[in-house]
Amino acid sequence: MQPTHILSVLVVNRPGVLTRVAGLFARRGFNIESLTVSPTNDPEESRMTIGVDVDSPQTLEQIVKQLNKLIEVHKIIELEGSAVARELVLVKVRSTPETRSQVIDTVSLFRGKAVDVSQESITVEVTGGREKLEALVKMLEPFGIIEVVQSGRVALNRGVTALTSRGSRSSS
Amino acid sequence: MADKPRQPRLMTGAQMIVASLEKLGVDVVFGLPGGAIMPTYDPLMDSTKLRHILVRHEQGAGHAAEGYAVVTGRVGVCMATSGPGATNLVTPLYDAYLDSVPVVAITGQVGQALIGTDGFQEADIRGITMPITKHNFLITRAADIPLALAEAFHIASTGRPGPVLVDVAKNAQQETAEFIWPKQYDLPGYKPTLRPHSRQIKEATTLIREASRPVLYIGGGVAKANAAPELMKLVEMTNIPVTTTLMARDVFPDSHPRALGMPGMHGSVAAVGALQRADLIIAVGTRFDDRVTGRLDTFAPLAKVIHADVDPAEIGKNRHADVPIVGDARQTLAKFIDSLAGKSLPDISAWNDQLDEMKKVYAPSWEQPPAGEISPQWVISRIGALAPENSVFVTGVGQHQMWSSHFLPHNNPHSWLTSGGAGTMGYCVPAAMGAQVGRPDATVWGIDGDGCFQMTNQELVTCALNNIPVKIAIINNNVLGMVRQWQNLFYDKRFSQTDLHSDFLPDFVKLAEALGCAAFRVTDADDVDAAIEKANAITDRPVVVEFVVHKDAMVWPMVASGTSNDDIKIARGLAPDWGDLSDGEDAPADGAEIPAAAAHSEER
Repeated sequence: MQPTHILSVLVVNRPGVLTRVAGLFARRGFNIESLTVSPTNDPEESRMTIGVDVDSPQTLEQIVKQLNKLIEVHKIIELEGSAVARELVLVKVRSTPETRSQVIDTVSLFRGKAVDVSQESITVEVTGGREKLEALVKMLEPFGIIEVVQSGRVALNRGVTALTSRGSRSSS
Repeated sequence: MADKPRQPRLMTGAQMIVASLEKLGVDVVFGLPGGAIMPTYDPLMDSTKLRHILVRHEQGAGHAAEGYAVVTGRVGVCMATSGPGATNLVTPLYDAYLDSVPVVAITGQVGQALIGTDGFQEADIRGITMPITKHNFLITRAADIPLALAEAFHIASTGRPGPVLVDVAKNAQQETAEFIWPKQYDLPGYKPTLRPHSRQIKEATTLIREASRPVLYIGGGVAKANAAPELMKLVEMTNIPVTTTLMARDVFPDSHPRALGMPGMHGSVAAVGALQRADLIIAVGTRFDDRVTGRLDTFAPLAKVIHADVDPAEIGKNRHADVPIVGDARQTLAKFIDSLAGKSLPDISAWNDQLDEMKKVYAPSWEQPPAGEISPQWVISRIGALAPENSVFVTGVGQHQMWSSHFLPHNNPHSWLTSGGAGTMGYCVPAAMGAQVGRPDATVWGIDGDGCFQMTNQELVTCALNNIPVKIAIINNNVLGMVRQWQNLFYDKRFSQTDLHSDFLPDFVKLAEALGCAAFRVTDADDVDAAIEKANAITDRPVVVEFVVHKDAMVWPMVASGTSNDDIKIARGLAPDWGDLSDGEDAPADGAEIPAAAAHSEER
């Protein structure tokens, strides 16, 4: 399997921009592995964190170039391999009052916490990288997983540099 | 004068649209009104600067805007109402997108309160046209109109040109706001690179000076950038042979000794062969389209590639570029000239001699028609020969288009209009109309097929009523000729749904006369010249000349779809003899048919 590349894309915060970006991926046959749209500290801009699976460096180059042609895309960087990437997972696990503490123990190993509880279930929240979340889900499977929902990835490069629409620069 | 307090210029959104178009220097709008754009048509009536030409179908408005844009180099403007009016613009917008033509379409949209309710004549035209426009806008406030239109024109006409759609909700046209003309654009995500990087120019220069078999592969970007003079200068200076793609036929004259003609699926043997044998391809303003490259992994196998284009996404998209250059074609060619000036250049005369021989032996030509019938290629060549100097030629799509590319004279930039990337049948008549409006003093000859003509001929009424005296030659071979050619070659001569019976219906002469044209039919080869001369002499109304030609004429040369350019045929089963150029390869002329397996894409 090819490694996933993470693109951090600053776009105009305006209706229709997501359609434009998603449409571009669909039309050109690019695969989105994960997509997260979030506000930034500039109300005029949103940040899209897009995980892409590509079969060659040329495809990645085409994705970046085609995205750059969209007028509403201001800036794109490919995040470094060392970037901090996080996802959030909510897992609803079958649990009785007898098994509840075992579930909580397991989750606390992953620095997660319980966010809802009922007579027959407990819902837990954990953030982390992809592998950690997969490991958590595997550990919870024996209890009986009722439902899982996982967010897309958000990610930032390490160090002081920042992505801004005026260029990738040091924040001062 | 004493300072007066500034009076805000209050206008309705509709008035702002008219005022903005005037400020942007627009003189012609092609359009057709309807409910959601009616507010704008009211102040348009009073404009002394804008000439509105009322088309008969919005598709005609879109292609006319394209035709106007290609001949003038300025933005073409079309206007339509919401819903079906807007969706009728989809084909021309797509056509303009594929051929990078600067067009701005203004469409009415239902009022903001109705948007999203499936209101009468509501269509999400912004969503529909997202993949076929360079950019598009939905405007719901009057105050946003001037900036949106200014940006639309800027985006359409700069960088790699293309169509931009501005959809204006009816309430935005009706409400009143202050008219503020923008001092600057708000486009932080749009900064086309026009100036080529000097290091890349230097690398390109080095390759050019080392090449022994270089070829210039010139595309529509050179036409868009008005770079024909620079191209000529570079060729005169370096003696490098030139191939011009379908979109660039008018930027370099075929009569020039270094001109090899058009490359690609129906290209000349010299152009196709030169690219296949080149050790260096200098590609400018072109995009290695599949109709040029044939099977990509066998295209120009020996060549290094310098690829210059204003759109960075085109570079490396299909073919790896050894030297990528992002920049305007004119600036790039000028930099090539500067950096080569005074430097010693390799002697490429042996290469040119070989290509000259290919040019001579395999000049595009045609077989004689059956006795008593007229050859379509010959008709087209006669139109070219008899047309006044500085004529503009426009085509539809199909066999007649390829013949027009080969057999018309292409001596002047901005005088060749054809639908390349999209292959839009029906382009000819409305595009010719737009071209004639943009160049009122030029003779505009449209070369159309009997199939194409039946798609958009209603615009001849528009021409007749508005003193737009285009001349249309219908090359009537009774059939959808290009599709029939493929059926002939690849579908075992099973002519499924390609016989139009246009020898029977319609009566093109009566039809054209009913549309307000002078019209006549030619069935005898001896009458061809006289008919063309007669058409040339009519300048007070549009003219339609129907040339009844034989239906089995084929476009040669041809590279079958999906095969290598090395397998070009000059007639059925007949390959050219590459001679010295063959590098020991076989070039069988064994009469074998092109295998049916080679045909796997549709063709009109």
